[in-house]
Amino acid sequence: MPLKYLPNVVTLELDAARCNGCGMCATVCPHAVFAVGAGQARIGDRDACMECGACARNCPNEAISVRAGVGCAAGIIAGLLGGIGPASACAPSAGVKS
Amino acid sequence: MTGAPFVTGRVSTPAGEVPRASTALSWRDHWGTLFVRLAMGRMAYTVEPGLYAVGSPSPESPVLVSANYKLSFDHLRSRLGGLDAWILVLDTKGINVWCAAGKGTFGTDEIVRRVAATRLAEVVTGRRLILPQLGAPGVSAHEVTRQTRFGVVYGPVRAADIPEFLRAGMKATPGMRRVRFGIRDRAVLIPVELVIGAKLIFGVASVMVLLGGLVRWGYSVDRAAASAPGVAALALAAFAFPVVLVPLLLPWLPGRAFAVKGAWVGAAMALGLYLAAHAGVVNPGGRLELWGWMAGWTALASYVAMNFTGASTYTSLSGVYAEMKRAIPAQAVLAAAAAVLWISGRLAGS
Ligand code: SF4
Ligand code: SF4
Repeated sequence: MPLKYLPNVVTLELDAARCNGCGMCATVCPHAVFAVGAGQARIGDRDACMECGACARNCPNEAISVRAGVGCAAGIIAGLLGGIGPASACAPSAGVKS
Repeated sequence: MTGAPFVTGRVSTPAGEVPRASTALSWRDHWGTLFVRLAMGRMAYTVEPGLYAVGSPSPESPVLVSANYKLSFDHLRSRLGGLDAWILVLDTKGINVWCAAGKGTFGTDEIVRRVAATRLAEVVTGRRLILPQLGAPGVSAHEVTRQTRFGVVYGPVRAADIPEFLRAGMKATPGMRRVRFGIRDRAVLIPVELVIGAKLIFGVASVMVLLGGLVRWGYSVDRAAASAPGVAALALAAFAFPVVLVPLLLPWLPGRAFAVKGAWVGAAMALGLYLAAHAGVVNPGGRLELWGWMAGWTALASYVAMNFTGASTYTSLSGVYAEMKRAIPAQAVLAAAAAVLWISGRLAGS
């Protein structure tokens, strides 16, 4: 059973007019959000997006925008308390992330 | 670190000697891994950045890029047995690929710097870098190519798939590109989550043990001491249960928000406590105290689960903000109710 997070929250946007269908977004996305075909990328399962920002950063035509960040409540709380950015408390321990 | 224990020799190249890293993990590497996993989740466990060889690589051999977190590096080299390759270790401040990519330390600038510092262009003719896919949030492949004239290929998410990826002519199957969060992935996180949360819960338990001495018109050390073991046990249980149960049961817990999943675990625990108290198995004190514990357990389990978002592999920043905005007020109200119930219970029973 695939784990699904909250629906209709992510900030992912694709500007189809800028896309040339190179496929880079589909390559880097760890959640298979994009489908590319006929010279054009398409957002498939938008709610699966974790806003890692990989697609936007690797799109050579700047066709993708997303508010990238780490979905980490502890990091956000530490950021609010200590004035550091939310990403700073990302636990480097996560085994799957090695 | 030329004397690093995993270095088994050197390979000479036009850019100087390059240490050869073993593809076998020693007992020392295994101990280090265990240590990092079990206790010291956040200690620095690093490898010297730079270029390494595995096997007997030639100028045409592939170049794999890694982080200088020793677990990342060990993981990678242990999967390369029988292969000839180069490993370019970036300086990610001892942080794993994914987290470092999120912070940008596994990023375009560091790749450009490290390619220049190691004089990689003199070592290899292939002019291609293989990056772990999970490094992509920090890297702009076309930017790396523009600045270094090295092409970028994103390899599979898991190091275990690298040999197959190379054999297939640097093609990853769709499965190799997906991040998973299976029960084993979740279970290995439990020890570190226990360590990270320990400070909070020992703090809460200590305060409660001290408050246990409150009597209506003053304070009784004897009373605090008498109730201390029971109070401490219930406070620690409030933390230990959700830290273990939430990761293990994640897909089966109702709701999508982690705070909701945790609240269900907490509610089930509270029900268990209620039944155990009525059966006389545990004695949390009077009725007010019991209800205080039940509210507190639910609030804390919800909070603990919410803090597990950062360890998961599928939560977005927007989603976590959205759930925090609703969950934190609810948790605060529940925690305040728990405190009022419990303290009035203590006073009433004194
Ligand atoms: S990376 Fe950009 S240009 Fe390439 S397919 Fe995706 S959106 Fe289109
Ligand atoms: S931000 Fe990350 S998860 Fe979301 S679509 Fe882009 S690559 Fe996929």
